[in-house]
Amino acid sequence: MNESGDVLQVRDLFKKHGRGQGLVRAVDGVDLDVPAGQMLAVMGPSGCGKSTLLHLLGGLERPTGGEVWLAGRRIDTLSERALARLRRGSTGFVFQAFHLVEELSAAENVELPALLAGCSPRAARRRAAVLLERVGLAGRARHLPSELSGGQRQRVAIARAMANEPLVLLADEPTGNLDTAATLDVLRLFEDLRCAGQTLVIVTHDERVAANADRLISMRDGTFVDDTWLADHAGPLEGLIELGG
Amino acid sequence: MQDAVLAILAKEPAHGYHLRARLRWALGPLGESMNAGQVYVTLARLERAGLVVCERADGLPNRPGRKVYALTPAGQQRVAAWLAEVNWPKPDLAEFHLKLAVAAAGGLADPVELVAAQRRELLRRLRDVQRAVLAEPDDSTPGLLLQGVALRLQADLRWLEACERVWSRAENESEDA
Repeated sequence: MNESGDVLQVRDLFKKHGRGQGLVRAVDGVDLDVPAGQMLAVMGPSGCGKSTLLHLLGGLERPTGGEVWLAGRRIDTLSERALARLRRGSTGFVFQAFHLVEELSAAENVELPALLAGCSPRAARRRAAVLLERVGLAGRARHLPSELSGGQRQRVAIARAMANEPLVLLADEPTGNLDTAATLDVLRLFEDLRCAGQTLVIVTHDERVAANADRLISMRDGTFVDDTWLADHAGPLEGLIELGG
Repeated sequence: MQDAVLAILAKEPAHGYHLRARLRWALGPLGESMNAGQVYVTLARLERAGLVVCERADGLPNRPGRKVYALTPAGQQRVAAWLAEVNWPKPDLAEFHLKLAVAAAGGLADPVELVAAQRRELLRRLRDVQRAVLAEPDDSTPGLLLQGVALRLQADLRWLEACERVWSRAENESEDA
């Protein structure tokens, strides 16, 4: 964490693909500060650059220009090796298609990042058990991903992303493949994480997911076109339905 | 609300406070703004329309008697017709659409700004509703209503996105011309 309390800081960030006529400015000069504990949602039409932005924040891709700072440490200039270490420990990723290892049980999937980060098998097992309990899947620990519903798989993926207590959890369309009930389960889980102080950045098409965040950024053509902080006013829900006399 | 009140009375005659409790239970957090007066005004209207009769039940020695409401045969018919009818609330988009069109044509306001303000307001409402949805247990009856409200707000937000796209394009074209 740096002095300002921002977990993520981005300065004049660019990512270009292709060249000449085929040049695409996926991310076209954005600045962003994400305070610790904030749940930030990023929305925008397909191809607006929101997934690329997420990849740049998590060190999955390198920018063409600009800077990315994670907890006061500049990450866009890190070596491949240091970047791999960062991805294993400091960031957690959740994808639309879950990306679980199909041959491993739910518990083994969650243990994996901790083992890769050098945890003892025993500590990794204990941590996985705690996380599966937290996502409400303690009873499914020995199931293979193929034996779980979409919503359950995504909850395993979230537990896996939390395995090394990341500084920031990055989620790319986490509810894109889920029905309404499973979406609510994932949202409840994000809400728990948010209440526990976890910083989250969520790219989504679903306004119901976005509205639950503290802050909503709208992207178009690689730039931010809106940045709204959604304060809790916790007022009565009046005016949302009409009850005629 | 008239039809719902009649339908509650179809099973058995009831006091006004009982009706109110049933409605509040079904509406959950969305029913908190409903006041007692609304139910009694509704009952008075139904009585005048001949759909409900009201009898005063004897109270205890130190307490006033309470009114008990019951359906008339016409009320029974109305309940049957209500249950059989298929209707759906109409979204009121025309007014906002006209506001944008008229504001743009007369140069009164920037339609893109109007859309942005509306979008922020709907997002705040959606946030409140989503919070309430998450606070409800699975399979809760009021939770279903909240989910319905959330889905409608989501549809409105998607429509606003389309409005934003088209009106900002119109703006760019008029600047280019």
